[in-house]
Amino acid sequence: MVAVTPETGTSGGVDGGSAGLGAQLRADFDAAVAAEERVEPRDWMPEEYRASLVRQMAQHAHSEIIGMQPEANWITRAPSLRRKAILMAKVQDEAGHGLYLYSAAETLGTSRDELLDKLHSGKQKYSSIFNYPTLTWADVGAIGWLVDGAAITNQVPICRCSYGPYARAMVRICKEESFHQRQGYELLLALSRGTEAQHAMAQDAVNRWWWPSLMMFGPPDDESVHSAQAMAWRIKRHSNDELRQRFVDIAVPQAESLGLTLPDPDIKWNEERGHYDFGAIDWAEFWDVLKGNGPCNEQRISQRRRAHEEGAWVREAATAYAQKHNGTGREVQA
Amino acid sequence: MSADTAVPPAATAAVLALADDALILSHRLGEWAGHAPVLEEEVALANIALDLLGQARVLLSMAGDEDELAFLREERAFRNVQLVEQPNGDFAHTIARQLYFSLYQHELYAELAAGDGPFAPLAAKAVKETAYHRDHAEQWTLRLGDGTEESRRRMRAALDGLWKYTGEMFRPVDGLDVDPAALEARWLAALGGVLEQAGLDLPEGPRTGAWAAGAGREGLHTEPFGRLLAEMQHLHRSHPGASW
Repeated sequence: MVAVTPETGTSGGVDGGSAGLGAQLRADFDAAVAAEERVEPRDWMPEEYRASLVRQMAQHAHSEIIGMQPEANWITRAPSLRRKAILMAKVQDEAGHGLYLYSAAETLGTSRDELLDKLHSGKQKYSSIFNYPTLTWADVGAIGWLVDGAAITNQVPICRCSYGPYARAMVRICKEESFHQRQGYELLLALSRGTEAQHAMAQDAVNRWWWPSLMMFGPPDDESVHSAQAMAWRIKRHSNDELRQRFVDIAVPQAESLGLTLPDPDIKWNEERGHYDFGAIDWAEFWDVLKGNGPCNEQRISQRRRAHEEGAWVREAATAYAQKHNGTGREVQA
Repeated sequence: MSADTAVPPAATAAVLALADDALILSHRLGEWAGHAPVLEEEVALANIALDLLGQARVLLSMAGDEDELAFLREERAFRNVQLVEQPNGDFAHTIARQLYFSLYQHELYAELAAGDGPFAPLAAKAVKETAYHRDHAEQWTLRLGDGTEESRRRMRAALDGLWKYTGEMFRPVDGLDVDPAALEARWLAALGGVLEQAGLDLPEGPRTGAWAAGAGREGLHTEPFGRLLAEMQHLHRSHPGASW
C-alpha cells in the first residue's frame, strides 16, 4: 500500500531531521488505512500501530497455545474413538493456529522465542477463558460451541483487518474454527439427547461456560482502553459490546435447539431493539481472572513453562545438529 | 458385554494385534498434547497419533464394534506388544519407541500392501502414513544422537531401556501372513543404518526373554498398562449403553 518503504524495514526511522517526511508518512498511512488498503510488512507504519498489532497477535497466538490445555485434558479420556479423533485433530489445529499467528507476528520484527519468553514471564497475556477448568467431558462440547463461537464472532471481522498478514492468517483460522464449533455443538447435541446423566452433564457445562464466554469479548465499551485506536486503525471493526450482543443473538436460538438453557434469567427478546436483552456480567470476576486469580492461571502457565524448560535439551540438540550438518556454521534457531 | 476378558470370535489374533498396537501407541502419543518441546512437535506427534487412531478404528471395525473393543475389553484381552504401552518418558524415550515401532510397522505394512490378504487395502493406505512416521523418528534419532552430549546420553539410555521389548514384534501371529524372520532381518538392517548414521550403537542384550517374548500378544502386559486402560475407559464404562 504506502508508497514509501524505509530501508530499515523496522519503521521508527523517522527522526528529528525529517519531521516533514514523518508527517507525510503518517498522513499517507492514515489515508491508506482509511481507504481500506492493506498494510504489508515492508510498508511504513507508526510505531504504536506496530506495537499494538504485536500485542494483539501475540496474545492471540498465546491463546491458541494455552487453549490446547483445557481440551487436551480430555484426550486420554474421550468416551468414543470417533470423539477422540475429533478432539486430537482439534488440539493439533490449535497448535497450527499458534504457528500461523507467531509467523504473522514475526513479520513485524519480533520473534517467536521473544514472544514465548514474554508469555512465560507473564509480560504478555492469553485469553482469560482458558483459566477455567474442564471438569467433565461435556466441557469439551461447551468449549467448542461457546468459546469457539465467541472466538469466531470476534475473529471473522479480523479477516478484514488492515494488517495483511494478520488478516490472511485469520481467513485460514476462521475456516477451521467454524468446523470445530459445529463439532462442539454436535457433541452437546448428542449429550442433550442422550441419557439423563448425559443431558445433565451438558447442562452443567453450559452453566459454567456461558458467562466466561461472554467475558471473552472484553470489558464494556466505556472501559476498553485499546478500542478507539484499534478501530481507527481498522485492526478492530466492531466494539466489544456490539460483538457480545451479536454472539448472544446467535447463541440463544442455538441453545433452544440444543434443548439446553442458558444460566441467565434475564435473557429476553427485545422487540424494540431487535436483539436479546441479557443480564449483567460479573466484571469483578473478569478482572480477577485477568489479574491471575482464576481457577487455573497458575496451572496453565506452569505447564507451559515446564514443557518449554523440559524441552530445552531437545531444541539445543536440534540446533547443535543443524550447526554440524548444514556446513554454514550459522546459528540455527530451533 | 458380559465377558469382559473374552476376545470376540470375529477378532482374529492378527486383527487385534495390529489394531491394539495402533490404538495404544496413539493413546500414549495423545498424552503429549500440550507438553511437547516445540510447537512443531505438538503438531507432529498429534498427527502421528491421529494416523494410528485411524488405523486402529479401521482394524477394530473389521473385528466388531470399535468402541466396544476399545473400551470394554480388560487388560488381559488386549493383544498389543508391550513396547507400545511403555510410558512416554522423556522425548528421547518417545522417539526411541517411535523408531523401533515405526520401522517395524512400515516394513510390515509394505509387505502386507504388496500381498492380497485381508489387510492389503488398509496396508496400502497405512504404508504411506508409516513412511512419514518412520522419517520423523529417524530424523529425530539423528538430531538427538548427533546433537549435544546430553541428547546423545538420553537417546542411548532410551534405546537401551526399550530394547528388550523389541523382540516381541517378530513373533509369529495367527492370521498374519508374513515371514517374521525376514521382517526382523529388514528391521535390524534399517535400524542399524539409522543408528550408525546417528553415531549410536545397536543396543545389546536379550530381546526374547521369558517374559517379553510374545507376552503382550498373549495378553500379558506391563504394570503401567492397567492404569492407561483405567484412564482411557473410565468415562465410557461409567455410562453403560450411552452413545456419544
